Amino acid sequence: MTVMRYREALNTALREEMRRDESVMLMGEDIGVFNGAFKVTAGLLDEFGERRVRDTPISENTIVGMGVGAAMTGLRPVVELMTINFSLLAFDQIVNHAAHIRYMFGGQAKVPLVIRMPQGAGHQLGPTHSHCLEAMFLQVPGLLVAVPSTAADAKGLLKAAIRDDNPVIFIEHEYLYGQRGDVPEGEDQVADFGRAAIRREGGDVTIVGISRMAVTAEKAAEVLAAEHDVEAEVIDPRTLRPLDLDTILASVRKTNRCVIVEEGWPHGGVGANIAALVQEQAFDDLDAPVARVTGADLPMPYSKPLEQIAFPHEPQVVEAVLATFRDL
Amino acid sequence: MADRVIAAVEGQGEPAPRPLPEPAVAREWLEAMLLIRRFEERAGEMYAKAKVGGFLHLAIGEEATIVGAARAMRDADYLVSTYRSHGHALARGTSPNAVMAELFGRVDGCSRGRGGSMHMFDLERRFMGGYGIVGGNLPLAAGMGLAADYLGTGDATVCTFGDGASNQGTFGETMNLAALWNLPVVFMVTNNQFGMGTALERHSAVTDLQRKGESFGVPGLRCDGMDVVDTHAVVSEALRVAREERRPTLVEAVTYRFRGHSMADPEEYRTKEQVETWRRRDPIATFGERLVAEGVLRAEERAELDRRAQARVDEAVTFADASPFPEASSLYDDVYVLGDQVQGWYSIDERSPGVHRGEDEG
Repeated sequence: MTVMRYREALNTALREEMRRDESVMLMGEDIGVFNGAFKVTAGLLDEFGERRVRDTPISENTIVGMGVGAAMTGLRPVVELMTINFSLLAFDQIVNHAAHIRYMFGGQAKVPLVIRMPQGAGHQLGPTHSHCLEAMFLQVPGLLVAVPSTAADAKGLLKAAIRDDNPVIFIEHEYLYGQRGDVPEGEDQVADFGRAAIRREGGDVTIVGISRMAVTAEKAAEVLAAEHDVEAEVIDPRTLRPLDLDTILASVRKTNRCVIVEEGWPHGGVGANIAALVQEQAFDDLDAPVARVTGADLPMPYSKPLEQIAFPHEPQVVEAVLATFRDL
Repeated sequence: MADRVIAAVEGQGEPAPRPLPEPAVAREWLEAMLLIRRFEERAGEMYAKAKVGGFLHLAIGEEATIVGAARAMRDADYLVSTYRSHGHALARGTSPNAVMAELFGRVDGCSRGRGGSMHMFDLERRFMGGYGIVGGNLPLAAGMGLAADYLGTGDATVCTFGDGASNQGTFGETMNLAALWNLPVVFMVTNNQFGMGTALERHSAVTDLQRKGESFGVPGLRCDGMDVVDTHAVVSEALRVAREERRPTLVEAVTYRFRGHSMADPEEYRTKEQVETWRRRDPIATFGERLVAEGVLRAEERAELDRRAQARVDEAVTFADASPFPEASSLYDDVYVLGDQVQGWYSIDERSPGVHRGEDEG
């Protein structure tokens, strides 16, 4: 194990996979000379040169489309988009092409493309740079969606994403870039897609945390144990497609309560989806309605006090958990 | 306004037509164009009989742009097309049976019944797809050019799109990137003078489309898209530049579609006289007449080629009709590449609860 920051873990994954496989190459805005807007690609241009680490013009839709075309014809491109909000400019290529090409051409082509992007509030970047849009990608059949919350998963899942033959939407979180964690060493430390992590065991309530909210959920669980005598089981799905529903259901069958925490919007969100699946599959095991804690249903405000109350923190999670124990 | 374009076409280049290729080659070009024409005429009939669903966009009148470009390519080059791509698949060598079966939505279709008219594909022949999003195919072609360049294969890519697509953001973005990165791609704007029902001069401030890439660093060439020989020569030169000089070119092929945009088009945006004017320049009729006039073909041989094309299309219809529809159990096939690293829920079948095929593999 080595302790490293989340961004360093991502950097290590890219470096290892590029050394391992000549067909892996990077494209993105300011990923080379500038070393990446969030320094994830720092030093890679120096090691691999301009053929494999390409600074692109600001042309999100075309960069992604080129990634798709290159992936169809022998490369394993990793495209970086500077924030998830900018991915909206590339939605045509992501949905109509990356996700659909294999199916619409009867399985003849594959698109081993990774599209990396950070999301998340907390840096006062206002309504065009701060959102959590994983639910939009989750909706699209043909895409895999990863939402790593630890440095170890950042590395392991990115390596898995690069080796996978499907298009992967790889969603990082701006808050997490500077967080440290233990990371297994070795080129073959590849994480599994579709396998949730149980971050904390407990028998009283299941808390499912998405992306950064897995960290928030874990902190809330400590408060619940220390102050309320509630032992929460915290589950980080790690990937939303494929979704390890079995691990969530097994936990709910043990705890009989489920709270889902996400930073994104409530309507049609990840939590809405998981809540639907849980009630469909484990209705008889529930002692309370599945609860959700989500980001506020609005564009992200700039002003710091407003921004801070527009996405979930530990107290809201604690309150939502306690509410599941109240008499109905 | 279209007359200006005619004048531009007729006024450019040498007054005399370009010389014909070898007789066998010229004959094959005529055959290839005839096959596309007869195939599409029949496809239109099959559409009227409801054998074909969805949209059907015919390229009748544009065959010289298709065959001229396809025959300038090597087998290993990539061709990327649009939603008007039956002819591109046929010209690359995809069996008419497979293209017709795709139109019929059958399991033997070239996209196995998943794509339909707008989404033909044939990986083996490097026909890299018809695409339903106007302008969406340009970045893909640049990506294929990037991969070829990166891998050092020497393969080039030809990307066709319509005049309407030249107004999309992807056009400018892709021109810029292709020039910036020296990609071996030929961008071919098939200027049939209408973006659906909107005439060129009503949708593009610059109607001299070959110049539209200049500010991005992509030089232009124009060819007479009603003349397979001229189209072939110009695309060949653009491919040479792509391969040898590692530079993209924008080729404008000026042409005309004789039919509506799709089968659901009353054609109220153009006059019968204009259509008739262009029909006199029918690329197949004029090329066939030229081959007879220059002694490459006898008139009866020309008629025989036509009969053979018709017979080939008859066979395709028979084949497509006999091909089964895909099994319902195949509905979820090929949404994902299934491998060891992928497991769990990734496609949820909304028809019924429970786990379905594909969800428990891995």
